Amino acid sequence: MTSVTVEYFAQLREQAGQGRETISSAAESLAALYAELRERHGFRLDTAQLKVAVNAQFRDWQQPLAEGDVIVFIPPVAGG
Amino acid sequence: MSRVSIAAQPVDTNTLRRELQRPGCGGFCVFEGWVRETNEGREVSGLDYEAYNELAISEGERIIDEAVQRFGIADARCVHRVGSLAVGDTAVWIGVVSPHRDEAFRACRYIIDQVKMRLPIWKKEHYLVGESSWVACSHGPADDHDHAHHG
Repeated sequence: MTSVTVEYFAQLREQAGQGRETISSAAESLAALYAELRERHGFRLDTAQLKVAVNAQFRDWQQPLAEGDVIVFIPPVAGG
Repeated sequence: MSRVSIAAQPVDTNTLRRELQRPGCGGFCVFEGWVRETNEGREVSGLDYEAYNELAISEGERIIDEAVQRFGIADARCVHRVGSLAVGDTAVWIGVVSPHRDEAFRACRYIIDQVKMRLPIWKKEHYLVGESSWVACSHGPADDHDHAHHG
């Protein structure tokens, strides 16, 4: 199991009912972690609609988890 | 100093402008994005912006680096508001200085376009009638089913 912190923004924050959580997961990739959390929180967005960042850098969905990672799933953006 | 900031309060644009002034630059181009009273046919009463600050700043710095390289501008600043904004409030301010006007205009356009596409910033609109919704501008081929699709 790997311990990571997940931060939520926008609709994911509302659907999760919290801004961040620290969890232990056996997920083998960021995509697998999202699938696990989607199941738990009922997220409506799928990975095709999201990007993912680890420690404030955009990353590939296939990247494995590392102990202590701070992971953010990024819904479609709307700045400006 | 940082060229990109995420501001929880209204920004003093005179200060930003002064910081960009330099003797070698004859062109200053600014873009302000304001909260509009309608979006996709719905009347907007106000909106909330939220940002993933750390990544928004690093990605914004990358965008300005790209603008400097592509257009040869001298410098630029970008400030994006977060929090609750009303119709008419400034949501984003971009200023670009360069020796001549052409590259200032082009770089300013480049920066606002990239900011809208790339910065992890989200907008929840509140309407005069009906439920508030998260607005999706870009990134991903599919759309969030929670809100009205683009017309």
